Amino acid sequence: MDNRQKEIDNLKDYKYGFTTDIENTRAPKGLNEDVIKFISNIKKEPQWMLDFRLKAYERFKQLKEPDWQKPKYPKIDYQDLYYYSAPKSMKDKPKNLDDLDPKLLETYKKLGIPLQEQKRLNGIAVDAVFDSVSVATTFREELTKQGIIFCPISEAIQNHPELVKKYLGSVIPVTDHFFATLNSAVFTDGSFAYIPEGVRCPMELSTYFRINASNTGQFERTLIVADKGSYVSYLEGCTAPMRDENQLHAANVELVALDDAEIKYSTVQNWYPGDKDGKGGIYNFVTKRGLCKGKNSKISWTQVETGSAITWKYPSCILKGDNSVGEFYSIAITNNHQKADTGTKMIHLGKNTKSKIISKGISAGFSDMTYRGLVDISSKAANSNNYTQCDSLLMGNKCGAHTVPYIKNKNSESNIAHEATTSKISEEQLHYCQQRGLSAEEAVGLIVNGFCKEVLQQLPMEFAVEAQKLVGISLEGSVG
Amino acid sequence: MKEQLQKDFDNTIRNLTLSQKDIEIKKFYLDNFINKGFPNRKEEDWKFSDLNQIIKKNIGELSFYSDYTSTNKVDTSAFVDGLEHNKIVFINGRIEKIDFDYEKKDQIEIIDQSETINKFNNNSSLSDLNSAFTNKSFKIVVKEGYQLTKPLIIYHTTNSKIWSKNINLRLNFELYENSSLKLIDLFRDTSEKNFLNIFYNFDLKENSVLKNYKVDKLENKNIKYSFNNIDQDKNSISETFILSSGSNFCKNEINCNLNGEYSSAFVNGIFSINNNKHHEIRTIINHLTENTKSYQLIKSVLEDSSRAVYQGKIFVNSKAQKTDGYQFSKAILLNKDSEFNAKPELEIYADDVKCSHGSASGSLNEDSIFYLMSRGLNYQQSKELLINGFLLDVVEKITDPEVKNLIKNMIGIKE
Repeated sequence: MDNRQKEIDNLKDYKYGFTTDIENTRAPKGLNEDVIKFISNIKKEPQWMLDFRLKAYERFKQLKEPDWQKPKYPKIDYQDLYYYSAPKSMKDKPKNLDDLDPKLLETYKKLGIPLQEQKRLNGIAVDAVFDSVSVATTFREELTKQGIIFCPISEAIQNHPELVKKYLGSVIPVTDHFFATLNSAVFTDGSFAYIPEGVRCPMELSTYFRINASNTGQFERTLIVADKGSYVSYLEGCTAPMRDENQLHAANVELVALDDAEIKYSTVQNWYPGDKDGKGGIYNFVTKRGLCKGKNSKISWTQVETGSAITWKYPSCILKGDNSVGEFYSIAITNNHQKADTGTKMIHLGKNTKSKIISKGISAGFSDMTYRGLVDISSKAANSNNYTQCDSLLMGNKCGAHTVPYIKNKNSESNIAHEATTSKISEEQLHYCQQRGLSAEEAVGLIVNGFCKEVLQQLPMEFAVEAQKLVGISLEGSVG
Repeated sequence: MKEQLQKDFDNTIRNLTLSQKDIEIKKFYLDNFINKGFPNRKEEDWKFSDLNQIIKKNIGELSFYSDYTSTNKVDTSAFVDGLEHNKIVFINGRIEKIDFDYEKKDQIEIIDQSETINKFNNNSSLSDLNSAFTNKSFKIVVKEGYQLTKPLIIYHTTNSKIWSKNINLRLNFELYENSSLKLIDLFRDTSEKNFLNIFYNFDLKENSVLKNYKVDKLENKNIKYSFNNIDQDKNSISETFILSSGSNFCKNEINCNLNGEYSSAFVNGIFSINNNKHHEIRTIINHLTENTKSYQLIKSVLEDSSRAVYQGKIFVNSKAQKTDGYQFSKAILLNKDSEFNAKPELEIYADDVKCSHGSASGSLNEDSIFYLMSRGLNYQQSKELLINGFLLDVVEKITDPEVKNLIKNMIGIKE
């Protein structure tokens, strides 16, 4: 117990809040065609990619920023942001890890992501994204042997244009909503993964996102394509330094699963949440969408959301292929002045499609949490099923928990079941734990972990341990 | 539509004796409505039912002026048999009869409010329309400690004399301490293609009890919108039952404010619709203080290409500890073209609460049908039996035995 306490004390403050002092190359401030051309140019992109960006930008100019969400935020001046920032040493990409700027290596070591492969005990291939560029991708050779492509998306645009061209924008088109379109215009880097037919990816693929530079928006783009009969599990982690200003993070993630393929996408989101008074923190406005394109395909989203000043995202599944399955497991925790408006969309288009939504929300302090979800069974999606369960836990009467599900059933052969509850930790449960020698905080930790168990179980082992700790830390100080 | 509104408004005003100030107020509401128009799907509350489109498609051009100078004959044979009751009769939007024969005269007060314009706790464009065009409006006051011996039935009758008309009605009810009122709204329409816009306001004082049963059963081609605002003081109880079945389009909205401790609200509803009908129930229950309770149960049976929508919201503010809120909606889709949309919403700012909602939709349970058929019923009988039982659940929630029987007979539910 002492060890655990020590660990929690260590972690009590946002330990990822440091900045790395490193020289940056930046795009000129502001958003215009020249900046987009600058980004495209510095990444040595082909013409079709630039056209893609410009088309998105044209569309973006006509769009209005949405304002229907529950957490309101001060207006963002899109001309007052840097859309590209990269460590200077990355201008000519280092060939291998030995050439990598030691400062970067140090940064990732501090974050607990050792990039030197030999130090890894168990194999997880990591793509490390620092501000606007990917700095290193590990375990590439081993993956290449199986035909798996795992590399920064900027590299994929150069080396695998046929794949990128075919799938980029096929799930989130350039004509999508405000933030997704902004991302299509200015996205900088991110990961690309392609799993060939019939291959079961031997290790977890992972991307670690780090915002370092100030005044910068991070716009990364991830594209994962699982070809017929393949399987991949993908992890995503994120942190940022502590700053008084709010920073924008507007990523797009596209998943495509072909016939019989399965993609498992897990996120542990721990962007800087702002200080106790709600100053600073990341605006996490992310578009994540998966397309079950083929028959019998499956996409499963798992997310643990503990960071960010405002989280505003709805990882979705479009169940187009017959017999396809979509899953969404989420834990969202807000404390202090954090706000979250998150949930999912399950769009059933194919026959015999199934979806399952388990969402657990915990709000404490002065925070506000909303589950917003859509289950839409179209008239052609015969024999489809959805099960939704969203539970909220409130700690204190200064916070809020809201549930806004939209349920549409247009097919008489399909069933939808939805349940939601809101409650607090009962005195009896607390009493019982305390009676057996746990302190109030430990008791709450235990109960909350039990509350979240269904979701935590979905995470890969290493992540689950980390997530479990995170859950405890995020609620630190909210009891009593 | 603008010129039509202006012209009809001038005609309506001419027949009323209003002060200049009141005319100005009515004009203000008219301008508001002209600006906003009928609600459309861009508004969150009308996301699933675009009234503007529905009126355009089903009625086309509406006229807003009704000539109320001549009386309509009240057809006494249409009154409900076998249940002694007080009556208010509307025919084509005109009040023809107010009759509290069974009650003590000094315990009920009927105040003509046609010439005073009271603000309504709703700022939708339909409320503006109602405020601009209501012709006669009454306030019915039940005095302290008085409990009506018989239910009050409000007959909403329309006949073929009207066509493509907008009719606006408004009634106010005030229930003093320890009083009670049972109110049945009966819709009897033989007219076609009219838009009825009905606003009720209920003010429930301490310990009072309101039971409101809204029954729209007879087939008709009208479009209806009805809004109930209920304010509740300490220990008061409101019970609302909605049978949504007859009209082409119907939207019932219940806005209930639980202002006093230990007040409770019950909303139960049935959608039983076929053809191209499109019905909606939207409820907002505001828990504003400690120890309040709400319960909602909505069940739907949808045939052909009908569509039902249920939007229910439970709001709990930070003072309202110990709230108990429950909401459940269930739908059976009988045809591949039928559709059920739900948006059960919780907005909670207090931690010591018990709030939950559930929603389920799907087809009839084939296993149950198989069970019944294996016991000798044919498919049709099995189906009817299952639907009967499904709906009976809601009807059984009606606390008044006389009204319960009346409604059971109307729906044809057998026990």
